[in-house]
Amino acid sequence: MTDQQTTISLPVLGEVSRRTAMKGAGATLGAAAFVAAIAPLRHLGESLTADEFMQRHYKELSAEDKRAVLARLEAETASEYGAEVRIGDLRPIPGTKFVYAINLSVCNGNGACVEACHRENNHDRATNQSYIRVLEMPKGTMDMEQGNTTYQHPVPADDRFYMPVQCQQCDEPPCVDVCPVEATWKEDDGIVVVDYNWCIGCRYCEAACPYHARRFNWKAPEVPAAEINPDQGYLSNRIRPQGVVEKCHYCLHRTRAGRLPACLEACPTGARVFGNILDPDSDIRWILEHKRVYVLKEDLGTKPSFFYFFDQ
Amino acid sequence: MTRLSMPSDRPSHWLSYPRFVGRSLRLATDGPRSFYVWMTLLTAVFLVGANAWANQVAHGMILTNMTDHVSWGLYIANFTFMVGVADGGVMMVIPAYLYHDRRMHDVVILGELLAIAAIVMCLMFVTVDLGRPDRFWHLIPGLGRFNFPVSMLTWDVIVLNGYLLLNLHICGYLLYMRFLGRTPNPRWYLPFVMLSIVWAISIHTVTAFLYCGLGGRPFWNSALLAPRFLASAFVSGPAFIIITMFALRRIARVPLPDGPIQTLVKIVRVTILINLLMVVSEVFTEFYTGGTHTSSAHYLFFGLHGFNGLVPWIWTAIACNVVAAILFLHPAALSRMWVVVLACAAAFTGAWIEKGMGLIVPGFIPSTLHEIVEYAPSLTEWKITAGTWAFGLMVYTIALKIAIPILSGRLDGYDVGADDDASGAAPAS
Repeated sequence: MTDQQTTISLPVLGEVSRRTAMKGAGATLGAAAFVAAIAPLRHLGESLTADEFMQRHYKELSAEDKRAVLARLEAETASEYGAEVRIGDLRPIPGTKFVYAINLSVCNGNGACVEACHRENNHDRATNQSYIRVLEMPKGTMDMEQGNTTYQHPVPADDRFYMPVQCQQCDEPPCVDVCPVEATWKEDDGIVVVDYNWCIGCRYCEAACPYHARRFNWKAPEVPAAEINPDQGYLSNRIRPQGVVEKCHYCLHRTRAGRLPACLEACPTGARVFGNILDPDSDIRWILEHKRVYVLKEDLGTKPSFFYFFDQ
Repeated sequence: MTRLSMPSDRPSHWLSYPRFVGRSLRLATDGPRSFYVWMTLLTAVFLVGANAWANQVAHGMILTNMTDHVSWGLYIANFTFMVGVADGGVMMVIPAYLYHDRRMHDVVILGELLAIAAIVMCLMFVTVDLGRPDRFWHLIPGLGRFNFPVSMLTWDVIVLNGYLLLNLHICGYLLYMRFLGRTPNPRWYLPFVMLSIVWAISIHTVTAFLYCGLGGRPFWNSALLAPRFLASAFVSGPAFIIITMFALRRIARVPLPDGPIQTLVKIVRVTILINLLMVVSEVFTEFYTGGTHTSSAHYLFFGLHGFNGLVPWIWTAIACNVVAAILFLHPAALSRMWVVVLACAAAFTGAWIEKGMGLIVPGFIPSTLHEIVEYAPSLTEWKITAGTWAFGLMVYTIALKIAIPILSGRLDGYDVGADDDASGAAPAS
């Protein structure tokens, strides 16, 4: 009955039916307008495959699942970025806990680490993204309020010291606690990682981190094919999807293979020391035992695996 | 048309419930011309927002003005504020059910329906803030991985959805019983009403805990945050309901009594002062102590190192709050409509700024490394926010449209057809 009234919408049908017809027409128009309004979502529908949508959390993937996921991601990188890459999935080495230390007497703020991180980790080129920020601080204070991250002059400047800050790989990481979907966690070797294919992009971790260590992909990263680092890891430097959070992962695709982090390798001053704190013969162990080291924002109880020290 | 058989026959709910839904649908879509104009306007604004959101999902949140420094903005600000509005309805429920205020009892559903609309808006504001809304299912317990009880956000998911369900049940049950012409059985709603009172407190407490539990953000890391949230919620919620009641009287000619409005005004007279006291207490602690932990408060109230983007916002909020407090406390607040409406509008605006932009943004400025990056919402953010508000108002309008005739008994039965024109014509004039 209602159908009839909708199709024959002549005014002669009288008050009630005309009203019904108008309502039907209005509803149809509204629905059509809504479909038109959300049309840009089709773009997402085209790029989002069923496999990607249905992918389980990293910890729930079987070895076979993982192989399929890595192959899919490699194929996606080839088709979307035009680069042949190898995405591995190195697991923590048993008996390893990675720790970093920076000698602030030596660091001169040249920024080579920032640049190396940018290239190693396939960061978006246009925004010059990096996991490291270097604070230029006046000597005589540890108050970061007095620091400056945007200095544009020859370094080192007089009466200044330089303090690079990146993820502190906390033993009590607030970012991990707040994540509502367990998309980020601490691995056995102390590295805090993100499953970029599980993160929902709420950015609660970014609010929780006291060290400004996390970055959000406000858009899909753009990197020219020739500049893409093909040596990639699932939990580290593979090209991140749009709309997810990322962070420093101590270059785990390198360090778990016995190499050093890219920022350390690039540092011309030798200020950076990296190693396994569980190894009694390691350099890092010697420094922690013999130098007067400190951690950032110790009062917050985050227990960083990242230390700073001065020589003199 | 068809008269339902007498209640003594106790027809099956399988038959009567669809009829109730059908009737509600009728009520929701029929009205005077002003109703259609209002709904069309809201639909238009909603569509603009929906389009902006679709673009944001497709092209990324680069379309917002948020950054890694200020990583939450207008969406989360509005979310926080709307939790308060959802809470405000409980200030009608308490007098109605705990103090047995009969007249409040008759209109308490206005507050419960507002809670529904506000929670719907909250859920929308959180959704539009997600970088990957397609991965929403990761949050569903059982399907995804729900980081409960460690993440406060999972608590918020539970309390917000729980509050929505509670209010849907209470309103739905009462309306259905009135539709059937039966006396509601207290066993089926009173325990839920009592639970909803406690639950209402929980939604704003948990939402405050989202922020005040973060040690790295000294501006939020205050034990006063949850009480402050509640105090301002008990201002903004009743303020909105008072305005709604006046609007219903004026525009829809619903004969609402003065009593409940006066009760709400009396409640706000207390809560607005408590809220101001807490603001003063917080401001004192920040500025008398000094130090770098108070940089955010400095930025908010006076600007920091030449950056002062939020200063006009917060002083507008303070002016609104003080004006609202004076108006509410003036004796005319109980007698002159314009005084109350003005007071409510000022209080609502003040709370929206103070608890929205005035609370969320300074938490990020200066950043945890003490860098200052300012934030002002982009056009996309304003569109999506307006669209969400429009949708919320549509939900509330439709809910009222269904509830009021059934409750007031104006259309007590089932002869909708006959009543259609009458109900349509009367308020239009």
